[in-house]
Amino acid sequence: MSAPVLPDLAGHFGRYGGRFVPEALVRALDELDAAYRTAKNDPAFQAEFSDLLVNYAGVPSLLYRASRLSQVLGAEILLKREDLNHTGAHKVRNVLGQALLAKRMGKPRVIAETGAGQHGVASATAAALLDLECVVYMGEMDTERQALNVARMRMLGATVVPVTNGSRTLKDALNEALRDWVASVDTTHYLLGTAAGPAPFPEIVRDFVGGIGIEAREQCLAQLGRLPDAVAACVGGGSNAIGIFHAFVPDDTVQLFGFEAGGEGVATGRHAASITGGSSGVLHGARTYVLQDEDGQTVESHSISAGLDYPGVGPEHAWLHDTGRATYEPVTDDEAMAAFQLLCRTEGIIPAIESAHALAGAARIVPQLREELGRTPTIVVNLSGRGDKDVHTAGAYFGILDQVEAVVPGENT
Amino acid sequence: MTIAQVFHKARIEDRAVLVGCMPAGFPTVDDSIASMIAMHEAGCDVIEVELPYSDPVMDGPVIQRASDIALAGGVRTRDTLQIIEAVASIGANVVLMTYWNPVEKYGVNAFARDLAAAGATGMITPDLIPDEAAEWIAASDEHRIDRTFLVSPSSTDERLAMTVANCRGFVYATALMGVTGARTSVSSQAPELVERVRHADPDMPVGVGLGVGTGAQAAEVAGFADGVIVGSALIRCVLEAPDRATGIARLRALSAELSEGVRNPRK
Repeated sequence: MSAPVLPDLAGHFGRYGGRFVPEALVRALDELDAAYRTAKNDPAFQAEFSDLLVNYAGVPSLLYRASRLSQVLGAEILLKREDLNHTGAHKVRNVLGQALLAKRMGKPRVIAETGAGQHGVASATAAALLDLECVVYMGEMDTERQALNVARMRMLGATVVPVTNGSRTLKDALNEALRDWVASVDTTHYLLGTAAGPAPFPEIVRDFVGGIGIEAREQCLAQLGRLPDAVAACVGGGSNAIGIFHAFVPDDTVQLFGFEAGGEGVATGRHAASITGGSSGVLHGARTYVLQDEDGQTVESHSISAGLDYPGVGPEHAWLHDTGRATYEPVTDDEAMAAFQLLCRTEGIIPAIESAHALAGAARIVPQLREELGRTPTIVVNLSGRGDKDVHTAGAYFGILDQVEAVVPGENT
Repeated sequence: MTIAQVFHKARIEDRAVLVGCMPAGFPTVDDSIASMIAMHEAGCDVIEVELPYSDPVMDGPVIQRASDIALAGGVRTRDTLQIIEAVASIGANVVLMTYWNPVEKYGVNAFARDLAAAGATGMITPDLIPDEAAEWIAASDEHRIDRTFLVSPSSTDERLAMTVANCRGFVYATALMGVTGARTSVSSQAPELVERVRHADPDMPVGVGLGVGTGAQAAEVAGFADGVIVGSALIRCVLEAPDRATGIARLRALSAELSEGVRNPRK
């Protein structure tokens, strides 16, 4: 199968992607594109990036054979331990790459949007390391859900701006970051946190996090002598998923599964499953799948996981969905939390609730894979982040916080 | 009258065109019609109806708030078309400003058709650049809707020429790098940007927006541009008024002041 090289020169993945932005941002996007093209082919840049990843971020992350979990699920489960990276998630790869690019472009200031706070913390980290000014926009609702990450960002020297518009979550933080950027492009790089937004962001972010899949593929071959049968990842904006998928796209025998946040169930309307519960539209600079009403107004998303609580998705996922190369399914809050608990109890690993969606989805596909293959399937699951930041949410969900009223999402009608 | 004719007439009268913006359905459908009629009667040459959108990345706090209020009130795309029809029927020249997704969701060709049927003469697209506009260009040609794309101080000469070549009616020059909202002074980048547009196409009328809020600023912009686009300052008249009658009165007063400004360009 010879696939076309995507995106095309205008940043399109089929009909998705592109640039739906105010003209004021076009020059900045063009400059970013040009800077990235030269950096991509510059051995010195790649060496610096690689050095930071290895010696600072702790990459390559382990590919861990989760024996007890495998036993419970009846499949061979390999966890790509991105939770062990510095700052606790895959996102450090993207921010180091983009912060280096910002330096290269001579921009002393970076801005970022964040949902769960992971990207904000990662951005603040990279900014501290590379001596850049950092401003993070975060929905007010999320600053409340993720107060510890707000404190982390401030410790690292970043300014956190709570966004009080709209639904006060990730999408509104993104709007505010774009507004800042329109007014500050001369001095500022927008350190976009996921493989979405206007071209060239989806491609740049994909490439910076693409090491996840490259490593996982090599580790699989080294450890098993063969490729896995399937790769599973959670999908919000979709950076960890595209990061682990990309290297496997040409491998026809490897099935790719993206698990979206099904919230309280896609049928309830309270979810964040843009592909399985949304439709084609334009949001935040790109054509992709969007949660929207019949007038094209963005519908507020819902997920127990702040990092997946976003009504859009990266355009490459929209394309992988339409072409059938990857399969996307929703995973509910309750399914994710059951998987969260299962991993804690079987492996002694507290995952990010985001990553628990991938685990729940992997558990779900085991029977079908077993039937298709006629043997025990091997599944690589991207454990994209660690769950420290989610202890409060999970503690409340399970009712195990002392002296705190337990709130069970989905049951508090 | 087409947009081009409005600008042509103003040029003969040695003055600029005043474009006044108001979100559809803010704070209610009827109130927004009343506001737009008042603006028309008090001297706005063109009424720019903004279709309220959930994610208006080009807009500052005032328009965001007004759009949120309109959306919370349940305004729909079909209401916006009805508002345009009501305002156009009294003889106002109406253009629509809309973010792209509501158009794409409606169906691009159907939207152009219904917009033309409602009586709008043009459409401004803040987040659609000509690079992505093939479908819109075809639909707006077919249904004779004038197309206004934006140019910015950061646009290269090449992009500026390309953008102007794809406009019909007028081009919207964003006077400064930033979102909408009244500023205390007019950007120094504005005259230079207008000059660059004229260099690309001497016949294309240029409207300048972002930051104008007073008669004096309108006169200043009218000194170098063909059109003065005012949004946030007008919307604030309604947003901050204690009651509807006061809001309309303030809207009339400011429209008249701005109208006086564009008729006395400071050269």
